[in-house]
Amino acid sequence: MIMSLKEMLSDDFSEEFLLCGNSACSGCASELALRWALKALGSKTVVVAPASCTNVYIGLWPGAAPTVPFINMAFAAGASAASGIVAGYEALGKTDINVMTWAGDGGTVDIGIQALSGAIERGTNFIYACYDNEIYANTGTQRSGSTPFGAITTTTPYGKPIHKKNISQIIAAHDIPYVGTVNGADPRDVFAIFKKIKDITGPRFVHLLSPCPPGWRFDSSLIAEIGRLAVDCGIWILWEQENGEFHLRGKSRRLLDKSNRKPVDEYIKKQGRFRKMTQEGINKIQQWVDGNWLAIEKTVKGQC
Amino acid sequence: MTDEKQETLIITGNEASAWGARRSKAHVVTAFPITPQTTVMETISEFVDSGKMQCNFVKVESEHSVMAGMVGASMTGARCFTATSGQGLLYMAEMVHWVSGSRLPVVTTIASRGIAPPWNIWVDYSDILSMRDSGWIIQFASTHQEIFDSILMSYKLAEDPRVMLPVFIAYGGFSQSHTSKPVVIPSQKAVDDYLPPVPDDGWPHLVLNPEKPIVHGNLLMPQQEYMEFRYKMHETIHGAKPIIKEVIADFHEKFGRNYHGLIESYRCDDAKYILVTVGALGEQVKDAVDTLRSEGKKVGSIKIRYFRPFPKEDLVEILGSKNLEGIVVVDRSIAYGSPTGGHISSEFSNILSELPSSLTYLPAVWGLGGRDVTVGDQESVFNDLINLHEENEIKETSNSYINGTLWVNLKVR
Amino acid sequence: MNKSKKQDLKKEDLPSFEDYRDLPHIPVSIGVKGSMGNTGEWRTFRPVINLSACNKCGFCYIYCPEGTIKFDKETGPMVDYIYCKGCGVCARECPKDAITMRRETEQVCENDEDD
Repeated sequence: MIMSLKEMLSDDFSEEFLLCGNSACSGCASELALRWALKALGSKTVVVAPASCTNVYIGLWPGAAPTVPFINMAFAAGASAASGIVAGYEALGKTDINVMTWAGDGGTVDIGIQALSGAIERGTNFIYACYDNEIYANTGTQRSGSTPFGAITTTTPYGKPIHKKNISQIIAAHDIPYVGTVNGADPRDVFAIFKKIKDITGPRFVHLLSPCPPGWRFDSSLIAEIGRLAVDCGIWILWEQENGEFHLRGKSRRLLDKSNRKPVDEYIKKQGRFRKMTQEGINKIQQWVDGNWLAIEKTVKGQC
Repeated sequence: MTDEKQETLIITGNEASAWGARRSKAHVVTAFPITPQTTVMETISEFVDSGKMQCNFVKVESEHSVMAGMVGASMTGARCFTATSGQGLLYMAEMVHWVSGSRLPVVTTIASRGIAPPWNIWVDYSDILSMRDSGWIIQFASTHQEIFDSILMSYKLAEDPRVMLPVFIAYGGFSQSHTSKPVVIPSQKAVDDYLPPVPDDGWPHLVLNPEKPIVHGNLLMPQQEYMEFRYKMHETIHGAKPIIKEVIADFHEKFGRNYHGLIESYRCDDAKYILVTVGALGEQVKDAVDTLRSEGKKVGSIKIRYFRPFPKEDLVEILGSKNLEGIVVVDRSIAYGSPTGGHISSEFSNILSELPSSLTYLPAVWGLGGRDVTVGDQESVFNDLINLHEENEIKETSNSYINGTLWVNLKVR
Repeated sequence: MNKSKKQDLKKEDLPSFEDYRDLPHIPVSIGVKGSMGNTGEWRTFRPVINLSACNKCGFCYIYCPEGTIKFDKETGPMVDYIYCKGCGVCARECPKDAITMRRETEQVCENDEDD
């Protein structure tokens, strides 16, 4: 991590590929993550962005924030359009360009999952990054398959009655060279992982937690803090699976022991989206988190 | 079969389509199985896996991804080909617009079939005509040879910098896709001489090149030029008419086969009655014309080859003849709730306004979902038109004349 | 186009279209600063950096979602107020509490006093 900090401040990575003055909300964690993902990948990168906040926050024609080739894409077509780009480059003998799909959670776990699953099954040489703000934020915060239990959205005005879909494990069940979760509000984590996966061949899936101030109802200055709390409470587990090998990463490595995890209400009480949550609901989330960790424990021990 | 010399092969319409992709040297093919298109992708699979065709064939998991893959691949500057049918075309509809809206020169063949429910897999152009306003050039191929030749011509057209629009080539499911006919396959060199390779640095308006980064598809506000960009597409499709004729003339010169233009007319010069239709029946109806001519009836036929751009001027030129007394326009597709029930016959109102009002106009629908249309049926349509013109009513017919439209062999009395 | 030039393009530098015939086939955009205008106008609070308390760790530059903080190892960070949206993440993440978020109106008053 110290190494990555030095690199991040070095001249090699000073160029911005997502320029300022765009239309992202103030304190957008997706913008922060994309900024560092692009720095890590460098100028020879092509981005496919299926319908999501990113389509809007890159700004208005004839200007735009990205300085790398960047195409807006239909909602369900993030992975399939990228497959086409990869196929085109391969056919034309251009092999030194990174192709990345940058999709929201709706475009990944819901409408885009078929194309995503297909692209991974075919071994497409691309990166699929899902920034998970746990709602359809671009259309005004409706519930998605990735919205957590209890969260208020415009289509779950009293809180969502079921837990979120575990997309990373669904992806891990594919034969994929790399799948990992990242705290999207921690640029050092984002930068380190994108630098690491840049040179892996084949499909790579990165799942980034992307705290959303207007959607989650917290002050815009708190994105990094909310991201840290999600990790510390064990709600967002940092792990990666490389060629079938599962590892916990970063702070999550010491959270297998429940006593090291903060209680989930520290995370929940900081966000207006959980304001209708009862103590019973909080307990339910705590049980869900603990259950997730039991599953992780089995995976980790099973491999020992 | 080698690539070095021209040969005549007895192949199906779908195989002719696959040969078109092979001779055009498509860099990328994406496809998903659907009856009756499937043997196109099976044939291409055989070409590619046996090393006879250098192509990146991506077997994707749905038609939506088929056309999304075409968008991505074409944006790299690659030549792209796919094929589909019926439900598959409907499923990819969103991406069909993405291709044209991005002005990408993708060529796609459609083995047309009826739309479900209920399931139907036989010839019916309701699938392709549901894409009539998608910004694609839409062509019908009426023979196996025309399927193959049209693919070569379509790349020439689509990749013309003045056009830069995708092309659909539609033909009948099973009636053409699965029947075998002789098809002349020119040598690879002859095709290469006709169809130049794609530009090295991508399409002039859009290419994904990190050396020249661009952002495509971001938001335009209502007062910005969204409307002008839409108008430009409309203008370009209409502007493609002379370019289509150039391409056809050039092809004629190089390969000796003449596809005439946006329409092809048959014995129309002195005709009093003309039948207008699309596809293979537009070819077969020539037999009915000959039979009726031998009976002394002055009839002729027009085969519409290009539905988009709509060949209004060419139609008016022929239909404006002083001799003409009646026109029947027959669709093999259904346009629910439209003025006539058929796609093409509904569009004819725009042409009729430029023709003498004394003309009898009869819209008709035949052969939906693969129902047989025999030469006898074709003759009956001419006779019904003559009847209507002369007697002002249609008598003694096996067809149903309902609210001004003739439904051929419809079991409604 | 060289590196620095690409990053310095502004919306005003882009071509404008007098006639639809001058439009390209499709709308494509070029990367510019201020694609949504001078987004500094969105701010309610402005980050003010106390350079004497700054340890030049670069966190403010790293955590700025918008990339509006320039960082120099010698002289430290500098905010581009034309585009800074005032989210406050830099102030929150500064380990030395060297950044304070000041209400824009307050800043104006101070300036008045300075004059």
